[in-house]
Amino acid sequence: MKFTLKVWRQKNAKSKGRFETYKIDNISPDTSFLEMLDILNNNLVHEGKEPVAFDHDCREGICGMCSLYINGRAHGPDDEITTCQLHMRKFKDGDTITIEPWRSAAFPVVKDLVVNRRAFDQILQAGGFISISGIVPDANAIPIRKEDADESMDASACIGCGACVATCKNGSAMLFVAARVSALERLPQGKIEAAKRAKSMVQKMDELGFGACSNTQACEAECPKGISIAHIARLNRLFIQAKLQD
Amino acid sequence: MAEIKLDSKIPSGPLAEKWTRHKAAIKVVSPANKRKMEIIVVGTGLGGASAAATLGELGYNVKIFCISDSPRRAHSIAAQGGINAAKNYQNDNDSVYRLFYDTIKGGDFRAREANVYRLAEVSNLIIDKCVAQGVPFAREYGGLLANRSFGGAQVSRTFYARGQTGQQLLLGAYASLNRQIAAGTVKSYNRREMLDLVLIDGKARGIIVRNLETGEIERYGAHAVVIATGGYGNTYFLSTNAMNSNGSALIQCYKKGACFANPCFVQIHPTCIPVHGKQQSKLTLMSESLRNDGKIWTPKKLEDVEKLRKKQIKPSQIPEEDRDYYLERRYPAFGNLVPRDVASRAAKERCDAGYGVNDTGLAVFLDFAEPIKRLGRKAIEERYGNLFQMYEKITDVNPYEEPMQIYPAIHYTMGGLWVDYNLMTTIPGLYAIGEANFSDHGGNRLGASALMQGLADGYYVLPNTIGDYLSADIQTPKTDVNHPAFEEAENRVKARIEKLFKIKGKQTVDELHKKLGNIMWEYVGMARNEKGLKKAIKLIDELTKEFWTDVLVPGKNGDFNQELEKALRLADFLEIGKLIALDALDRRESCGGHFREEMQTEEGEAKRDDANYMYVAAWEYRENQDPKLHKEPLNYEVVKVSTRNYKN
Repeated sequence: MKFTLKVWRQKNAKSKGRFETYKIDNISPDTSFLEMLDILNNNLVHEGKEPVAFDHDCREGICGMCSLYINGRAHGPDDEITTCQLHMRKFKDGDTITIEPWRSAAFPVVKDLVVNRRAFDQILQAGGFISISGIVPDANAIPIRKEDADESMDASACIGCGACVATCKNGSAMLFVAARVSALERLPQGKIEAAKRAKSMVQKMDELGFGACSNTQACEAECPKGISIAHIARLNRLFIQAKLQD
Repeated sequence: MAEIKLDSKIPSGPLAEKWTRHKAAIKVVSPANKRKMEIIVVGTGLGGASAAATLGELGYNVKIFCISDSPRRAHSIAAQGGINAAKNYQNDNDSVYRLFYDTIKGGDFRAREANVYRLAEVSNLIIDKCVAQGVPFAREYGGLLANRSFGGAQVSRTFYARGQTGQQLLLGAYASLNRQIAAGTVKSYNRREMLDLVLIDGKARGIIVRNLETGEIERYGAHAVVIATGGYGNTYFLSTNAMNSNGSALIQCYKKGACFANPCFVQIHPTCIPVHGKQQSKLTLMSESLRNDGKIWTPKKLEDVEKLRKKQIKPSQIPEEDRDYYLERRYPAFGNLVPRDVASRAAKERCDAGYGVNDTGLAVFLDFAEPIKRLGRKAIEERYGNLFQMYEKITDVNPYEEPMQIYPAIHYTMGGLWVDYNLMTTIPGLYAIGEANFSDHGGNRLGASALMQGLADGYYVLPNTIGDYLSADIQTPKTDVNHPAFEEAENRVKARIEKLFKIKGKQTVDELHKKLGNIMWEYVGMARNEKGLKKAIKLIDELTKEFWTDVLVPGKNGDFNQELEKALRLADFLEIGKLIALDALDRRESCGGHFREEMQTEEGEAKRDDANYMYVAAWEYRENQDPKLHKEPLNYEVVKVSTRNYKN
């Protein structure tokens, strides 16, 4: 297969970026999207040009490192996948493919397609944990309803990639925050700090320049792990509860 | 440098009491003094994150480093199947002793008894801790924790969170880490790669890192350094490791005097998605948990193989009587749940005999038709849904309808830095934990034991043992990074980087890395022999020269430069590759993941040589000559050493 690639190139956070166009040929349909970029980079190095910087690591859809905006969609033209799980068979021979970084005020570009998502770590540092240490009770001491554990697991499947933020027209991180808050709140051991956690994480999110949620549900549609916006409703309830306690 | 003498420091006393007695005997550091001590942890996977969080909770000052943009990206996140513990919640006669014994036996009697017993002992605490952190383990309808079985075990002792257990455990450790970062006890340095270890008066006192965003070289000092950077599987280019996983920290420590133990013990995982073409960048694991229900087979008739390859028939059309469930045939007692090394070799044997089921001839089937019929599709979906989805995304084949195709691939490295019972390397003040050390898995690691070991080391072992070392250091002031040792190390790193840029050769890093991978897989892979290993050593020497004269690294330093990152790592992989081959050549026995073709039974089973090779091979670096081999003899006081038998 052959493709025309329009790739966002940007030297660093301070400089202005632009699209560069590259042609690529002899790509097998079974090649993954990131392998296609590996091939492009190998060609660029041979041509004496600077390769395209992009984030990637596990290449099996779990580390959350890859973060490309392809043809106007976070992680490209398929549902419930990360960029590394996208294969060239999803495109037509001869297609022009536009590749951009996540675009959000809270995720400044480091270089080309690489962004800085440290804000996500900072939100979790504001309360995305259960405050325990040392020796704790036996694991089976508190039975937990299977449905609650399953729901917690659904929310905890978030890989922290940031597709929700990149997709949201307001650049909101509500789905990310809600997933963590909900994952912990569904379990008895996480309920103790639930309201306080919701409040401090939302405050941190606002402080870091993420936008507000206007309920367009775009985040859910593009989440590679299919995390439901129902968690946002739970977050809102907890947030109000915390406010009332103030 | 002082003469290296391996002292495993295994405590005296009965096996079951060693750890308790040791903890009582070692020194502790008071809370007031902990506040004055600094510890560097390199790596944020299960080992690094759990260690840093726990050390922070204890009151130490911790600096933690990772190469990714966030600690949560570490490759532990990709572990799928589960974590073992000796809880015996199923009342199926499991115990600390049984977990210990299975691990020793699974490791083909090449691990230390005392270390493995301690691992089994603390395994139960890990599950308690993870539940308290909010890890959403699978549960039964009554609200209690669920278990499943893994290879090499006849009990159900594996705890899991769907097919994402590593992710959930890492998120738990990362949450504890975040709590300490917020509390100010841990400082996190992201997108930093360790490029050298700094010794002052023979003790580990700091590291040199490259800031991957800016290209700057930075210095960090501490009272002790903990290496938690995982294994070196990417030496083989194609592996199930993440793209950025590398062995550079291990090699830097090795070159500074830390012995590298059992490098040839590399685990080849039997159930990975087969290689599809030359453009492939990595291999994807299909969790071992699939072998709980999935049945592995190849056709009995070569004519069916031909038809499959030509796509004239579908696998589901081959009748039951024409299928060879070769694991169930060869190993009736364990069937599809034999340990990984055994299952991998059996797949290779079938494919070498011409029964490989795809066009490359390097694939066997993992079939769910029978369990789907028995349990219903919904039950299978509940257990393995995300794995089936992942398989379909990659291969475009629906595994609910047709069997998966699988083949062995490099997955884990049992070898690593040599450590004593306290997890300290041969360099005072330098510790290695998790996959980065060698200590617990012998010649072969059992499924669901990597997560157990990473967390055992990080939550329960290292935080205790490091206190014993640091207690002698409470008067030592903070390490001064202006010390000449830092200057010297930094200059060496800078010179190495400059040298790489100056070569301006004709081959890219990936092209050279693929060459190394081919040599390793061909001669140092699933089956090894003397002639092949000698050839591999010669080829790696030649390739190393080629690398240092013909590599093409674009750009300049002082910038985000992923090609430079890869070049620095490949330079180290070349050294590890040779070390693996040297060790494999020395070990003229078949043992665990290391199979020497000269040493096999008539039935093709591995033949160990306990009389000559019951030792840990610890290699000491020497400049411009082959490394020196030190042997740590393994003494089995409790377990009766026997030939592994998974047949009856």
